[in-house]
Amino acid sequence: MSLIEITEVRKSYGTNEVLKGINLDVEPGEVIAIIGKSGSGKSTLLRCINGLETITQGSISVAGAQLIDDEVHLKALRLKVGMIFQQFNLFPHLTAGGNVMLSQSVVKKTAKAEAEAMARKMLDRVGLGHKFEAYPDELSGGQQQRVAIARALAMQPIALLCDEITSALDPELVAEVLAVVRELAAEGMTLLMVTHEMKFARDVCSRVVFMHQGRVHEIGPPEEVFANPKTPELQQFLGMH
Amino acid sequence: MIEFSIWDILRNLLLATRWTILLSLVSFVGGGAVGLLLLFLRISKRKAVRAFAKYYIELFQGTPLLMQLFLAFFGLGLFGIDVPAWLAAGLALVLWTASFLAEIWRGCVESIARGQWEASASLGMGRLQQMRYVILPQALKIAVPPTVGFSVQVVKGTALTSIIGFVELSKAGTVVTNATFQPFTVYGLVALIYFALCWPLSKSSQILERKLNVAHRNH
Ligand SMILES: Nc1ncnc2c1ncn2[C@@H]1O[C@H](COP(=O)(O)OP(=O)(O)OP(=O)(O)O)[C@@H](O)[C@H]1O
Ligand SMILES: [Mg+2]
Repeated sequence: MSLIEITEVRKSYGTNEVLKGINLDVEPGEVIAIIGKSGSGKSTLLRCINGLETITQGSISVAGAQLIDDEVHLKALRLKVGMIFQQFNLFPHLTAGGNVMLSQSVVKKTAKAEAEAMARKMLDRVGLGHKFEAYPDELSGGQQQRVAIARALAMQPIALLCDEITSALDPELVAEVLAVVRELAAEGMTLLMVTHEMKFARDVCSRVVFMHQGRVHEIGPPEEVFANPKTPELQQFLGMH
Repeated sequence: MIEFSIWDILRNLLLATRWTILLSLVSFVGGGAVGLLLLFLRISKRKAVRAFAKYYIELFQGTPLLMQLFLAFFGLGLFGIDVPAWLAAGLALVLWTASFLAEIWRGCVESIARGQWEASASLGMGRLQQMRYVILPQALKIAVPPTVGFSVQVVKGTALTSIIGFVELSKAGTVVTNATFQPFTVYGLVALIYFALCWPLSKSSQILERKLNVAHRNH
């Protein structure tokens, strides 16, 4: 059984069908890069896996748990899958430490001391142990994104969804975030990431998914997909990058 | 005829001012509580619940407060319920205040970036937890100046309750005028007292707003 099973998933906004039957099985420890043109449905797919969007048809299961649209099932699913956003979305009224502690205390009812220890550990892990007391607006974009990663990790998810997590960063800050992701991949975290960092995808990912017009147009190991694209759409897409 | 000194007049008016202040406080606190409830209904996931709150707000904002006072005072009387003026006044003002505060606060909640909802949802928080720990702490800061500003409207709104016979500052003004035949002096003093109540409120609303604009930091 795969860790994440996406079966015939369709998603429409009104009459606009954005996902047109997606099938994708992700094994534990896999690192999957999702690439494709703007509007091809990459974000929508990730958001569906996390239950931020409700799917119109098909099924998604994570570690055997079905995605069902009610608060209990969604919560169970979200404890297994963390999500990192392009815009970081840190809570501005809390310190870095507070950001990492909040959901542990509120959702998991972890005791304060324990949540704080976990927060320090996770902030250390992304190289920001010394920024525990800093507020988000006192941090650089790269640091904010690393706090967001620590915040997701503190919930001990079995997979992470990353939606263009370096796209809002100044170029010189991209590397520090990718280094953290690279480390997570090396430690065996299952990752699904929408990315424009082709070099990163080539180096780190086990498989690359090329999405086109709401479908998985091509899929395979990076060597194959990048060196030997089969469809003209992917050839054209890679030509531009 | 008895002569009334200005101090006699002022003393009587100030005694009645207590009722204006009390009624304002009750309306504001009660209206705040009902308004918070309405806010939750207004942004509920259920369409019917949202619609209910929306129509409530439109109804109370779309009719004169005076009519609401009349309806509370005379309307309940039709059912054989004897409503004292203070109760009708309090009830109508609470419901009226709630409709405005709920709408002010809804605007504040909606001004919080969607990403805050999404991030907290992706961490497994339920809707109430999101509100309690993520959205309201941020919305509250934005909400303070307009909320304090609106309290001025509440204070002035209490003047209308004199029409259904509740003896607060305005009503006392009429009573004292009838006894002294010095309408200009009396109403001049009444106006001054209202000003003394309202001005600090609107001024602090302005100061709070400026402070929040200057503070770039969100904490
Ligand atoms: N909330 C929404 N309501 C209506 N349409 C939407 C919504 N979200 C996305 N869409 C539409 O769905 C399509 C796919 O959007 P999506 O964000 O998944 O694309 P993407 O591949 O992530 O693109 P990008 O590279 O620009 O982020 C687009 O045509 C978009 O207009
Ligand atoms: Mg996108």
